Amino acid sequence: MTARQIAKQLSTATLALLTGLSPALAQMTAVGEGEGELSIVAWAGYIERGETDKAYDWVTKFEESTGCKVTVKTANTSDEMVALMNEGGFDLVTASGDASLRLIAGGRVQEINKDLIPSWSTIDPRLQDAPWHTVDGKHYGVPYMWGPNVLMYNTELFKEPPTSWNVVFEKMDLPDGKSNEGRVQAYDGPIHIADAAQYLMFHKPELGIKSPYELNEDQYKAALDLLRGQRQLVSRYWHDAFIQIDDFKNEGVVASGSWPFQVNLLKADGQPVASTIPQEGATGWADTTMLHVDSKHPNCAYKWFDHQLSSNLQSDLSVWFGAVPSVPAACTDGRGMQTAEGCTANGLDDFDKIRFWTTPVSNCSLGEGACVPYYRWVSDYIGVIGGR
Amino acid sequence: MTAPAVLPARGLADRLTALFWRHPRVLLSLLLAPPLLWLGVVYLGSLAALLLQSFYSIDEFSGVVKEEFTLKTYAELFRAQNLDIILRTVLMSAAVTLGCALIAFPIAYYAARFAKGRWKAVFYLGVMLPLWSSYLVKVYAWKLILAKEGIITWAADALHLSMVLNAILSIPGIGGNSLSTSWIGTFLVFVYIWLPYMILPMQAALERVPSSMLEASADLGASRAQTFRTVVFPLAMPGIIAGSIFTFSLTMGDYIIPQIVGTSARFIGLAVYQLQGTAGNIPLAAAFAVVPIVIMLVYLTVAKRMGAFDAL
Repeated sequence: MTARQIAKQLSTATLALLTGLSPALAQMTAVGEGEGELSIVAWAGYIERGETDKAYDWVTKFEESTGCKVTVKTANTSDEMVALMNEGGFDLVTASGDASLRLIAGGRVQEINKDLIPSWSTIDPRLQDAPWHTVDGKHYGVPYMWGPNVLMYNTELFKEPPTSWNVVFEKMDLPDGKSNEGRVQAYDGPIHIADAAQYLMFHKPELGIKSPYELNEDQYKAALDLLRGQRQLVSRYWHDAFIQIDDFKNEGVVASGSWPFQVNLLKADGQPVASTIPQEGATGWADTTMLHVDSKHPNCAYKWFDHQLSSNLQSDLSVWFGAVPSVPAACTDGRGMQTAEGCTANGLDDFDKIRFWTTPVSNCSLGEGACVPYYRWVSDYIGVIGGR
Repeated sequence: MTAPAVLPARGLADRLTALFWRHPRVLLSLLLAPPLLWLGVVYLGSLAALLLQSFYSIDEFSGVVKEEFTLKTYAELFRAQNLDIILRTVLMSAAVTLGCALIAFPIAYYAARFAKGRWKAVFYLGVMLPLWSSYLVKVYAWKLILAKEGIITWAADALHLSMVLNAILSIPGIGGNSLSTSWIGTFLVFVYIWLPYMILPMQAALERVPSSMLEASADLGASRAQTFRTVVFPLAMPGIIAGSIFTFSLTMGDYIIPQIVGTSARFIGLAVYQLQGTAGNIPLAAAFAVVPIVIMLVYLTVAKRMGAFDAL
């Protein structure tokens, strides 16, 4: 091999290495012209352009001012979001805490340069460096919305809001004297195991659960046992918000863990429902907009980052979804429809009562390999729903 | 010096025609290439890709597929909850096939042997009509029909038959809180959706039973029941088996009905859908997808033994 050939091979190798790695290494240093398109993986109801309800639109103005045409792919569960991002072809994802760390570990999202986001400083300080999007001091996303997983209940049946999650976990008689069997629902996602663990935290302190996302074998087993009991009460689990809405209307379901989104839609439809956070507290979600490592439209994405913090989005979305803005000022400064009372009702003051979704990993604060990792949650929850 | 004989220059089409005339095989292979490519690359190729995926495994935390050959994913199929899914799906497919066959036979028999002229057209239309509307619309409609506060419960109340409905729903194992959240509901919707695929091949088979044979059977002193048992039924068997192949495999692969109507317990199709779409576990999804292929191969072998393909 001549020197020239070697040099040629080396340069090819370097080039290959550079092109292969550059998306992961390169952090944006300046925001340029928009690329004309932006595709977002989002929860249902998160990206509204006035088509569901004219009053709720935070996309049209963005498209007009930046020229970035927004397309949305809705996902029903965090696992679905991770899968879509693994497939690729999307720019942004509104990932919850149980997806964000997996996306970072899988190398699917890129580091964010927060200096390019003028409104970064307006974010709630409690969220700015939150562990579900900040790893080793590097930021991998921009906080979007957060809120609790509430207990939705039928107000005709419950004259007083239920004070405990036991209505969905334990066999019992409801206020109308009939059993809750077949009249309650639970979330069709493995993360629901954390709700069971949180219930046990309160009612069985002897188990010593510190965090519902960090369970050792015994605690995990206790949570699964509780869920097996719940299987006897639940005729159908919900994973699609609209099927749950239908089940509350036509299937006689009177209580279930839910999102404020369904509560608001059912209320708007004149159904007798309300929501509450019982004494055990609630799990919650804190979503972060993250940028795909191979995004073809990074400029549009950075424009969206600032748009999501500075426009009417935070305020109006918080009304629409029943969530809490990541920018506290959005509650009061009149940029949208949200008010201080509305934010309080959606849980602004309950931040400390909420245990936010995070991905369970085996190396947790209890020690190396001490906790049951998420993949077992997945397969065991399929087993529980299958009656095993 | 004589001038060479001048033939008119031949165009491309002329030359191609000559080529095809001299070598008929060239034309044949040209005509066959596109469909064979479709079958080989798009159809079998994607199946092969699927098979390949099932030998990979998944990194348990990040959910990224590790492209190394392993049988670990197949071993996972034998976990209790996954075996449950397979068994549940096969049982449901068998039940749906049986249900379809029982309901379809009289309909097909009447349409094939007794309906004449316009009535025959009405039968064909009646069977085909549901196939023309959207599958999803039909399933959602059934969810409402079967709901606890749906029309069946309402009708049962109005006719004072709630006792019967509740008795049916309290059957352990297949009952539930309402029809829409029980196995019975899933079964009913499956039977409704796949019924046309059972009726049509059955009707075709019954139409082919020559009436001379029935007359001969009667002449020889067979009762109607005997004729049915020993002449009509065996001759219709290939049609029944052909229909059962449709209903069995369609039920086994479906993932929408059990998601909307039923108890949320997984079926193979639903498990595949959730594992690849929701959990990103493509290897396990692929391994699950191989299960119906294997079951159908066994089923087809048995069907072949029974003569389902003799008429082909």
